[in-house]
Amino acid sequence: MRFSGLRVLKEGLTGNKGWGPHWRSPEPKAEYDIVLIGGGGHGLATAHYLASVHGLTNVAVLEKGYLGGGNVGRNTTIVRANYMLPGNSEFYSHSLKLWEGLEEDLNYNVMHSQRGIVNLVHSDGQRDAFVRRGNMMVGQGDDAEMLDAAGVRKMLPMIDFDQTRFPIFGGLYHRRGGTARHDAVAWGYARSASTRGVDLIQQCEVTSIDVVGGVVKGVQTTRGPIRAKKVGMVAAGRSSQVAAMAGLRLPIESHVLQAFVTEGLKPCLDHVVTYGMGHFYISQSDKGGLVFGGDLDMYASYAARGNLPLVEHVAEAAMTLMPQIGKAKMLRSWGGIMDMSPDGSFIMDKTDIDGLFVNTGWCYGGFKATPASGHTFAHLLATGNPHPTTVQHRLDRFRTGRGIMDEESTGSQHNLH
Amino acid sequence: MRLPCPICGARDVREFYYQGAAEMLRRPAEDAGEAAWDNYLHLRDNPAGDLEELWSHDAGCGAWLVVTRHTGSHDVKGAVLALEVKR
Amino acid sequence: MRVKDRGLVDRRQSVSFRFDGNTYRGHPGDTLASALLANDIRLVARSFKYHRPRGILTASSEEPNALVTIGTGPATDPNVRATVQEIYDGFEARSQNAWPSLALDVMSVNDLAAPFLGAGFYYKTFMWPRAFWEKLYEPVIRKAAGLGALAKDKDDDHYEKAYAFCDVLVIGAGPAGLMAAWTAAQAGVQVILADEDSIMGGRLNAETHEVEGQPGADWAAGIVAKLAAMDNVRLMRRTTVTGAYDGGTFGALERVSHHVATVPAGGVKETFWRIVAKRSVLAAGAIERHIAFENNDRPGIMAAGAVRAYLNRWGVAPGKAVTVFANNDDAHRTAMDMQDAGVHVAAVVDSRKDAKAFGDYKLIAGGLVNGTAGRGGLNAISIQTGAGQEKIATDCLAVSGGWNPTIHLTCHMNGRPRWNADLISFVPTPGAIPGMETAGACNGAFSTSQCFAEGIAAARTSLEALGLKAPEVALPDTENTEYVVEPIWAVPGKGRAWLDFQNDVSVKDVRQAAKENFTSVEHMKRYTTQGMATDQGKNSNVTALALLADATGRGIPETGTTTFRPPYSPVALAALGAGAQGAGFAPERKTTSHVATVDAGAPMIAAGLWYRPSYFPQDGEKNWRQSCDREVGFVRDAVGVCDVSTLGKIDIQGPDAAKLLDFVYVNMFSTLKEGRVRYGLMLREDGFVMDDGTTARLAANHYVMTTTTAAAGQVMRHLEFATQALHPEWDVRIVSVTEQWAQFAVAGPQSRALLNGLLDSPIDNDTWPFMSCGPVRVLGVAGRLFRISFSGEHAYEIAVPARYGDSLFRLLVARAKETGGGAYGMEALNVLRLEKGFITHAEIDGRVTAGDIGMERMMSQKKDFIGKTMAARPGLVEEGRAQLVGLKPIGPVKQLTAGAHIYADGAEPVRAHDQGYVTSVGFSPTLGHFIGLGFVRDGLIRKGEVLNMVDHVRGIQTRVELCEPVFFDPDGGRTRD
Repeated sequence: MRFSGLRVLKEGLTGNKGWGPHWRSPEPKAEYDIVLIGGGGHGLATAHYLASVHGLTNVAVLEKGYLGGGNVGRNTTIVRANYMLPGNSEFYSHSLKLWEGLEEDLNYNVMHSQRGIVNLVHSDGQRDAFVRRGNMMVGQGDDAEMLDAAGVRKMLPMIDFDQTRFPIFGGLYHRRGGTARHDAVAWGYARSASTRGVDLIQQCEVTSIDVVGGVVKGVQTTRGPIRAKKVGMVAAGRSSQVAAMAGLRLPIESHVLQAFVTEGLKPCLDHVVTYGMGHFYISQSDKGGLVFGGDLDMYASYAARGNLPLVEHVAEAAMTLMPQIGKAKMLRSWGGIMDMSPDGSFIMDKTDIDGLFVNTGWCYGGFKATPASGHTFAHLLATGNPHPTTVQHRLDRFRTGRGIMDEESTGSQHNLH
Repeated sequence: MRLPCPICGARDVREFYYQGAAEMLRRPAEDAGEAAWDNYLHLRDNPAGDLEELWSHDAGCGAWLVVTRHTGSHDVKGAVLALEVKR
Repeated sequence: MRVKDRGLVDRRQSVSFRFDGNTYRGHPGDTLASALLANDIRLVARSFKYHRPRGILTASSEEPNALVTIGTGPATDPNVRATVQEIYDGFEARSQNAWPSLALDVMSVNDLAAPFLGAGFYYKTFMWPRAFWEKLYEPVIRKAAGLGALAKDKDDDHYEKAYAFCDVLVIGAGPAGLMAAWTAAQAGVQVILADEDSIMGGRLNAETHEVEGQPGADWAAGIVAKLAAMDNVRLMRRTTVTGAYDGGTFGALERVSHHVATVPAGGVKETFWRIVAKRSVLAAGAIERHIAFENNDRPGIMAAGAVRAYLNRWGVAPGKAVTVFANNDDAHRTAMDMQDAGVHVAAVVDSRKDAKAFGDYKLIAGGLVNGTAGRGGLNAISIQTGAGQEKIATDCLAVSGGWNPTIHLTCHMNGRPRWNADLISFVPTPGAIPGMETAGACNGAFSTSQCFAEGIAAARTSLEALGLKAPEVALPDTENTEYVVEPIWAVPGKGRAWLDFQNDVSVKDVRQAAKENFTSVEHMKRYTTQGMATDQGKNSNVTALALLADATGRGIPETGTTTFRPPYSPVALAALGAGAQGAGFAPERKTTSHVATVDAGAPMIAAGLWYRPSYFPQDGEKNWRQSCDREVGFVRDAVGVCDVSTLGKIDIQGPDAAKLLDFVYVNMFSTLKEGRVRYGLMLREDGFVMDDGTTARLAANHYVMTTTTAAAGQVMRHLEFATQALHPEWDVRIVSVTEQWAQFAVAGPQSRALLNGLLDSPIDNDTWPFMSCGPVRVLGVAGRLFRISFSGEHAYEIAVPARYGDSLFRLLVARAKETGGGAYGMEALNVLRLEKGFITHAEIDGRVTAGDIGMERMMSQKKDFIGKTMAARPGLVEEGRAQLVGLKPIGPVKQLTAGAHIYADGAEPVRAHDQGYVTSVGFSPTLGHFIGLGFVRDGLIRKGEVLNMVDHVRGIQTRVELCEPVFFDPDGGRTRD
């Protein structure tokens, strides 16, 4: 069924009786051409592009919980293409372009809102670093503008320019950056993939990966064995455990990242703002809640929940930056598990096992990457070759030192990115 | 979360700096080869379970600790000084 | 209306308050909700989506409807629960999310369009045309959404944070919590009893139960008084335990002074506590659930227990003709209490066919309320009885679908509750929070006597876990009525029956979600927004879950439950972030010359946590460049003074000090002679440059290392790691002495002459050659002198104990001025180092190798050092890496800008043609043009090439020639002479 305003009107007039399932819930078949382990945003997007771009529909997405239950439903919904380093720059540029056509592609309103992102600048040195990044963005064909302090003041009246601990010199403005409704992204991809014939299997945990003579043969699951010619591991937050089933040790350490939302408030913040000195970023959802976050809790975790020091730190950053936020009340906090790589950039590659592919290490850049991750992983699975925007994202780059993309410039310690 | 610093006693996690898995204690020889160094610096078991990890009591005594902690429950099983582990 | 002889409010005193501009009167002890009900105000809010009229539903913090805004201007406080907020004389509140008024809210037209606005409708539309989302649809949606509004300006309210420690934390001071605290207190342990309410006692203050022959409220007050008198007990009223975290840590919000008109001087609005408890007892009570039936949301329809609480606690009858609709015995108390207080009870409708009346009121057993009437508030209900439809006039319907134990804190560490089929409720899973016992209604024990018994037992278990003998405590005599309930979730009917009142989620929405295959409870929640309002589903989640289970043909336990996350009730960011407003966010580090520098009019810039002077303006100078040029000039021609104390200084001593330095630097320090200084380059273990600096050997086993300002902490931790974790066998000790020494650069041709005027023993080029160091006495003060230079001039750094820093700085500057010099700031420092091609963290930004900056040969082949092996990885040594170059403009445009990219000359400036980037630039007054440093692909071997510098975002293009990074005095003669 095609979604449209007219359809909503028609259904509204006829008692909303015509709506059907957004996706099928089939029983797993005995064999697929491609099995994707993980029904999160990236897995579902991969399924969509396998079907829509490559015409591959004998595909199953295996999800141990419910679709979109991982980080795609736990993030702070920011979409941007403002990376500085070659490799990442072209990939996220590719992703943003896919975002810009996503609603037509999926026939699903994911509420992609290009409201603009401002990265605040607090020193001359930081300005130079942001200029370098902005120039990379423009050179890549994306948009970037430097704002001076007056420009930021006009755009963000909430900020305390006079007393905040780190003075605001200006900002890097990325107009095409913004937000999207995170759950809708997962659902939209799921609906499209399912409609095109991909089987989405929920409550189906992969318990082992069958490898014979260095070739992947399929997987064992809580819903029985499933044979497959190719298997894609795309299980953020559990990458290491899934890879371990195939005997692989990944360059990944998993960490918890908390996020927060306040009670609903009337519109007060029209853009996404990042405050680097405070490891803080914030935007306002369409429902009115201020959605914000900060750094990792910093210790390895699979708990999807954090502790008070980070909660307080984030609130402290909010208070120095925009003190009138003080009367906003934190409604909910939650955590997601970030697979942190040694350079802070993702990994998408074949493995040494024939037919087994890995997609991991998104750190906290996964949500905005969802379309391109799916698109390029589908390309890799379908063709066996990396997409031109992911040639640098090799699994062995840390061993060889070739193509390391350390945006935060903090080196090989996983949690510092 | 609170960590039992062997020198200072139980302290709030905000006093500590986290380094990662304790395999960083076992630095390979200069000529140990690519694989050994890749293992040391990049590859991780990353268990969903008990993990030996390195913490520094930065805002306390400055000691580096090896803490055993469950990554699922965050339950801290104990902590010893890194220099005791090495000796 | 107020009822005679009921309630705990102080009837002898009256306070005046305003709501939506009208003045009313209440009593001390009233909440805004009780005072409004006493004044017969029922319509207090509008719902979020359809702007339906809403009244007060509950008597506690889970209130989903009665959210108001208090205060005006900067003090505006939105989304305040009327059911929690206490009134005082002069208190003022107003409704929110309604325009032009609460009664005539134009947005209530949304309700008429409801057929088109059901669950998830927005995912199916607003997709065309694409540009309309940001321009039209989204702004309209945003404007309509939201509840209250934040103030435009910051307020002056104070908040604070604090720590508390105890042996036993008791959460909730109802009957279970009071007995738990009382029992634990008898054992002499440190007890904290925290309760959200303004008076302790919980339901004992809301019911008519007697305890030990006294009214329950009196008994509670008595035991609270006894606890208050004990030294080992801390009572925390108006304190919500908001979250359970690892290691026995709890967050708690104390509302210190929201209930008074004026915060006393030095007082705070709220305190956010971190409570560390060895053991804890959760005695959080229970929350009554509603029943879904058509139009079950009109003002006047309330929770049955809340109706009772308003009567018994506040002396208020929420209606003149009260009806009750319930599926359990407990709700019948509402009818009995009302009758006892002389309020007319029109009927009790009990869904159970075998229900019995407990008093002389009309009972409709087996009846179901299936409709209500009344535009701005309830005036009648329709009932489906065995005989057909019946209509009853009523202005207050007290509803109870049973009680949900308040299990939220037990879920904060990922614990999942268990379904109890007898209670038809979720109950806590034991051990969900390490060290926590659960007791009373939150544990599914609903009679007062059971609560007492569980409170005692929980405390005893806690004490035994602490290794203590638990005291014998007598069980107080009180009611012990069995909790009898039968499930009723939704009354069949065609109209809209509401679940989540604030988000306007109806039974139909849940069923539609299930039909659209959103059958996981998490999917249903996210698709319908059920449970995502400010009450986080406290009032409605279990009912919605039961309806989803029904719609999908599963049982409730198989359907699952969503996770409860902190905080239990919302917490103001001002409390969580207390102390951080303005400069409080991070420490401010100031050097010993700070006062003199500020006095000299130098603008200060933040360098990490430090403050450093940008430049020292002189009369007549119109911009910073003029000052900077002058300062560079006098360093080159005379002498300048600059505070360099912010650089990290690490004292390293011991027989193995040299081994440590050889291990952490790429070059050798064991060969450094005593009294000499050497430049060192330090790598991370991954082979990239971490930091650089000079290290001086003061004695055979004594070095002092300097780090950059930015990396001081990182390097210190790195050295601790090397000595404790990698080589504990080495006999070496390190300590940061950054703040112990004030250190000043004295640079320029006149630097030695200046110093010789201050040193007790003058120096010359033979005794203090370039890169020498040693102890000196400065006007009798023991200090250190290092002949090092970051400017390329004959220069020194002189260090004295920090307490002499201010006076030495003033003296150095005064002497420098006598020879035409003075103090110089960061701008001049930067130009001076650029002219010499010295690098800073602008260049060694964490992504460069020693080879990239032309220091490959510094890496010793004679030893192992941190980073050595990984620096030899192919990708770090192959051709094609960006390498350090000098840049000078050669075309008509003379300006260089940091952050610009460098492209092949004549090529389109796009990524495919990107060759590198500019890291640092400055105007060199010495050379008369801009100079820069940057990184260009294979730059070390491309000197002399002409490329195109493009700064897209600043709109500047300059042709540049690649050159040696050293622009001035390349052979260093000025430094040595």
